[in-house]
Amino acid sequence: MAKRMQGIMESIQTLCSGDHGNEGFMQDDEDEEEENGVGRLTSWAELLGFGLAVFSEAIAPQLQCFCDRTLGFAVGQGGSREAWIKAVAMAMSLVRKAVKKGWVGALAPAARVMSQALSTASEPITLDIPVPFKAHKVETPSVTVETSAQELTNFFKTMFIMRRMEIAADSLYKSKFIRGFCHLYDGQEAVCVGMEAALNDKDCIITAYRDHCTHLGRGGSVLEVFAELMGRKDGCSLGKGGSMHMYNKKGGFYGGNGIVGAQTPLGAGLAFAQKYLKVEGVTLAMYGDGAANQGQLFEAMNISALWNLPVIYVCENNHYGMGTAEWRSAKSPEYYKRGDYIPGLKVDGMDCLAVKQAVKYAKEYALQNGPMVLEMDTYRYHGHSMSDPGSTYRTRDEISGVRQERDPIERIRKLLLSNNIATVAELKTMEKEAKKEVEDALSKAKESPSPDSDELFTHVYRKGYGAKAYGADRKEVVVKLP
Amino acid sequence: MLAAFGKNRALVSSLLRGGNGGDGASAAAVWAVSKRFMSASGDSITVREALNSAIDEEMTADSKVFVMGEEVGEYQGAYKVTKGLLQKFGPDRVLDTPITEAGFTGLGVGAAMYGLKPIVEFMTFNFAMQAIDHLINSAAKTNYMSGGTINVPIVFRGPNGAAAGVAAQHSQCFAAWYGQVPGLKVLVPYDAEDARGLMKAAIRDPDPVVFLENELLYGESFPVSKEVLDPSFTLPIGKAKIMREGSDLTIVTFSKMVGYALKAADELAKEGISVEVVNLRSIRPLDRETINASVRKTSRLLCLEEGWPQHGVCAEICASVVEESFYYLDAPVERICGADVPMPYAANLERLAVPQIDDVIRAARRICFRKQDKRKATA
Repeated sequence: MAKRMQGIMESIQTLCSGDHGNEGFMQDDEDEEEENGVGRLTSWAELLGFGLAVFSEAIAPQLQCFCDRTLGFAVGQGGSREAWIKAVAMAMSLVRKAVKKGWVGALAPAARVMSQALSTASEPITLDIPVPFKAHKVETPSVTVETSAQELTNFFKTMFIMRRMEIAADSLYKSKFIRGFCHLYDGQEAVCVGMEAALNDKDCIITAYRDHCTHLGRGGSVLEVFAELMGRKDGCSLGKGGSMHMYNKKGGFYGGNGIVGAQTPLGAGLAFAQKYLKVEGVTLAMYGDGAANQGQLFEAMNISALWNLPVIYVCENNHYGMGTAEWRSAKSPEYYKRGDYIPGLKVDGMDCLAVKQAVKYAKEYALQNGPMVLEMDTYRYHGHSMSDPGSTYRTRDEISGVRQERDPIERIRKLLLSNNIATVAELKTMEKEAKKEVEDALSKAKESPSPDSDELFTHVYRKGYGAKAYGADRKEVVVKLP
Repeated sequence: MLAAFGKNRALVSSLLRGGNGGDGASAAAVWAVSKRFMSASGDSITVREALNSAIDEEMTADSKVFVMGEEVGEYQGAYKVTKGLLQKFGPDRVLDTPITEAGFTGLGVGAAMYGLKPIVEFMTFNFAMQAIDHLINSAAKTNYMSGGTINVPIVFRGPNGAAAGVAAQHSQCFAAWYGQVPGLKVLVPYDAEDARGLMKAAIRDPDPVVFLENELLYGESFPVSKEVLDPSFTLPIGKAKIMREGSDLTIVTFSKMVGYALKAADELAKEGISVEVVNLRSIRPLDRETINASVRKTSRLLCLEEGWPQHGVCAEICASVVEESFYYLDAPVERICGADVPMPYAANLERLAVPQIDDVIRAARRICFRKQDKRKATA
């Protein structure tokens, strides 16, 4: 099998180099070419799935001319991504016909075409980050970043889902499905998405209360976010936490913390534990420009620098701490320098790739040398929370200006189009699917019931020893804690 | 006896340290040998030794347990409770922190969230006020807010309440404050047995435990049985202990005041008042069953605490007894507590600011409707 695969790859290379003969074996199949085949292949994951299914049939002998027909077409069209995608579509239609006519042997070449298309999806693309890094007591990382079509497409899809989710949460709040506090992250998506591209499951993230998208990035689902926001059973905290208290221990996400700044020493503690247990991971302790003046942050910085803890302090500077602009709350709003003896970088937080590059750099640094500060220059479109219109302390022009010039999703869209990774139509399809995913999650979440009344007394302790807990009327409601 | 114990303990300590930092197996073996020295006649250890040995054993048994706080390492502990631990377990597990309670407490809570088992020492619980947000909002509430996803297996320990002459900012009792919070467990050991058993239980517990010690008890010796000295010895959390059985009056108290209650009980016995002394051991969960069972037996309650009376631990105990055992009471419930003032420095004022044994005796007589001192005159 392996030998044959090698042979296949060699013949593909030969074909691509231009020396091939076209045998008109299946020339007469124009009528069945499906124009919309391309549109259906909206994700490389789908391709992979199909390819894998097909590979299981790949014992059958290959049909060289089938291969020529499809590969030859792609090469003849200049080998561009669009051409490859078209080639794959043709391969699929040929395969369907072949299966109908019993030509199972056509599957193998189709698989080869698809695997070829797949490998181009993960081929590295190098791009330059437009906004330079600013450094404090450390060298700046390179502005040249390696990415791939797959990565950029994932950036787009994930951020789009996050954007739709936050906008849906806005309406939910206004229709009173969500109560209390609701702090929305739209505009800042590039920070958590870019971070995830540089992290793995050994790393931890802890953040403040603007945590819906961070939770998603760490492996949470839109359903459990919506359900938690609405206080339902299927919420990630069983409906008992709410907007500010989302956690995912397995995914390395420690919340979701309501007290401004408290999460920073907690983050130092997570890093301490990682070092203690010799886990090769870092903790990203995230906080905002409002929290950047908290005393406990500096206490955490001191200890983590003293003890060389692998913690990265990530300041999401959206320039407003609730209604107070940074210049009104900080004597020095150069938050990447506030670590003093701790080196820092200022990063364009609206650029996924810049964030990815900075976090990758900081992770390598932190695992060797201890803490680093990353200041992400970002922006939130909504006010501080749903009770804040967000326009009393900043102008609408400022908000729309950022949206027009720096929106993180639009930036990736432009990259996808200019690098021929996706067409306008394909992006539209991706958006439609993302919207559908969010809507489905929303309707499912609305169907989720409220927690049972007994849940009032669960999880007070991990081990309750049967201690008694009382309800409002002590004579009526007495429970033994499990 | 104490000298013999001390000598043997020194031998044991040197054996433990002489090796490669002391691994679990050899430590256990040495401990087993040393137990033979301390067997039949019964031994006494100080509360300090009880705490030290408990922490030592738990650190030996579980590598996830570590100690942090100000001066816990090289200084050997501000009150010497962590003496020898740095030498035995090394600087990775016994950490001297800067004087930044908010920062290092948060760090401890974060480490516990990840899965380690920190023991955070506060030099006194007065300083823990700087970190109280982490005790309450980061530690106590997290298991609940996360729907059980993240538990916080941490122990916060240190001296609580009045010492001697340390004045207002260093003398507050925090039992009532922490005892109010669902999600916390609050333990208040009195003697060496309490200290050992409750500390081990606290370290093994998967929830945040506030362990309120008393500085003046550290040096006091108490007899302990073989069972107490065994490394597997623990006490159940949430169970009070009847220190002394009686039939006329129940005195419920905790920490240093248990000693006062016992002394008062001895005095009252001479005039025919039989006092039952309940040592709470646990403020939260509160052992209402034991308290109420005792009051139903004696039909009289006197609560005793060193801290301020308003909204204090005694207030809760009185409420519990009135709610559950009202018809068994032959007299109103009473409290003897600290005075409603910040702790003064002058010795005579300080004496007036905290309960004295005479206060307990007087109140006991009052509850038993005795007007005068009917003790037989002594020589």
